[in-house]
Amino acid sequence: MENVLEAKGVSKAFGGLIAVNTLDYSLAKQSINSIIGPNGAGKTTFFNVITGYYKPTTGYVRFLGQEISGMVPNKLTRIGIARTFQTIRLFNNLTALENVLVGMHHRLKSNWFTDIAKPAWVRNEERRAAEEASQLLAFVGLKGYEEVLARSMSYGLQRRLEIARAMATMPKLLLLDEPTAGMNPNETQDMIGLIRRLRDDRGQTILLIEHDMQVVMNISDKVTVLDYGQKIAEGLPKEIQRDERVIEAYLGKRALEVLKRGN
Amino acid sequence: MITTIRTWWSQLPNAARITLVAVLVVLFPFVIDIAESAIRSAGGNWALLTQVNRALIYVVLALGLNIVVGFAGMLDLGYAAFFAIGAYAFGILTYPSHGIQMSFFLALWVCAAIASFFGIVVGSPTLRLRGDYLAIVTLAFGEIIPTVVRNLDDLTNGSQGLTPLGKPSFGLFEGLFGLEPGALNVGVDPHFWFYVITLLVALVLFCTLRLDNSRIGRAWKAIREDQTAADFMGVDPIRAKLSAFAIGASFSGLAGVVFASMLGAIFPDLFRFQVSIFLLIIVVFSGLGSVWGVLIGGLIISLFDGLFLAQILNQVLPSGSENLRWVFFGVGLIFFMIFRPQGLFPRKVKGRVLTEEEALAANAAASATAKGGD
Repeated sequence: MENVLEAKGVSKAFGGLIAVNTLDYSLAKQSINSIIGPNGAGKTTFFNVITGYYKPTTGYVRFLGQEISGMVPNKLTRIGIARTFQTIRLFNNLTALENVLVGMHHRLKSNWFTDIAKPAWVRNEERRAAEEASQLLAFVGLKGYEEVLARSMSYGLQRRLEIARAMATMPKLLLLDEPTAGMNPNETQDMIGLIRRLRDDRGQTILLIEHDMQVVMNISDKVTVLDYGQKIAEGLPKEIQRDERVIEAYLGKRALEVLKRGN
Repeated sequence: MITTIRTWWSQLPNAARITLVAVLVVLFPFVIDIAESAIRSAGGNWALLTQVNRALIYVVLALGLNIVVGFAGMLDLGYAAFFAIGAYAFGILTYPSHGIQMSFFLALWVCAAIASFFGIVVGSPTLRLRGDYLAIVTLAFGEIIPTVVRNLDDLTNGSQGLTPLGKPSFGLFEGLFGLEPGALNVGVDPHFWFYVITLLVALVLFCTLRLDNSRIGRAWKAIREDQTAADFMGVDPIRAKLSAFAIGASFSGLAGVVFASMLGAIFPDLFRFQVSIFLLIIVVFSGLGSVWGVLIGGLIISLFDGLFLAQILNQVLPSGSENLRWVFFGVGLIFFMIFRPQGLFPRKVKGRVLTEEEALAANAAASATAKGGD
């Protein structure tokens, strides 16, 4: 299968601290991929390297064959990487529809002059954009909430809106930073369904950072485990669950022994 | 009462509304004339229409500042600098001994372009800064421009100022009606200026309302709400802020030209720091980002300042107490920040707030769709 993203020999050091150590990573098209690891394992740093936010100390990251290290966020979005945030960052005083329309910004052609003059093609463009935005809202389960202010929505709905907004940029890779953080079991279940539909119905390639193991094991096509900046395991959820190094990293040596004795 | 008027207004066809507003605008100066002669017979001399004209120029400026501060959320403390640039560009292009003598109607657009060019020049290196840092840089720019003007003697006559300046001329019409050249000497008539400035207000208002609800307007508001998130959604924050700065500056430039031509004389002191602050006060008092609010609030505050504080209060209090008006505005600003931070006529927030029942229903519906897709 074709890879959307390729990272080779990526390291990132902050002074003497090596947060990510010679990692290789790739992302297959139309798949859900998770990165997990204990606190301080280098997940966030690796995520930031992949998203071009940090320049790797060594190695490179290619997205669709293009080097992306050090690209500004809006450029990354324009070439096809979109993300949601660990702590929700919506445009609170804009409506749900406007939030999604901002995601379409780089795909719309109007400039300040045509925004004022509003010729027919700009009106059409705005109308089509609003229709597309409504469809996206419907897709994430926010049908009929176009005119609702983002700040007045519940946590679960805001998470959905954030995904709709990221999808509006037409990403080839969607990054979800802890999409179920702070959710109750019901909301989490809904979110799992939504993420699956993004892959199956829209062919979306997804990279996930998630702490909730139930979520990770439930939806991932591939799980990558980091510890002390290194990749200690990678594979299908079932394989990861049985991997001794992973259990050790998460629960410690003693726990591993206890588990073995139990078996 | 207000609701009856509102429903009546909303039922009027567009053409009727425009005609009605046009008729009111045409009649307005004559109503003011009557009021003024009444005041004069009572022993006062207020130059009411000139005060209205001044207030309308401040409205144009405040609408421009509202784009920068209200829409894009950048604190600009040196906005009067662009007002000065517009006025002085006009001065330099029309001051008789400079020999250029550009026509008013051409200079109007040229000077707006010059002001917006300066907006881009100042903006490109500084708009990377956020919040307080940007405020400090714009504050400095607002201080630098009058100082530059004071020292560029060859072009600006230093602190003596430039006078006389170009007035609109209607050579074409005069020729058409067989009048002497310069017979239509309307450049000194406040009635004429009232119509010119009202047209300018209409133009700026139109542009602002269109921008408010457009691709670039959404980008500005997204940056105001969360610049990092906007960046990650594909909005280039530097470009978007630069366009807000340049458009705001061009409005200021237009106001500067009309101001200079109406007064017929300009001095560096007309564009002091206080002007920037006064405009900021208008925008904050009226309601940040509220277009109609700034229009109405700008008129009320400028007239209050020009008539009540500058003229009436001066007769009651001992002379030299002019600066008390700044005390007044300072106290007023603190008062507003505490008791009504959203301003007198706050921006009507588009959209609605979710009710509890709706929120519950939404969550249930969302679950249903999510499960249906499994």
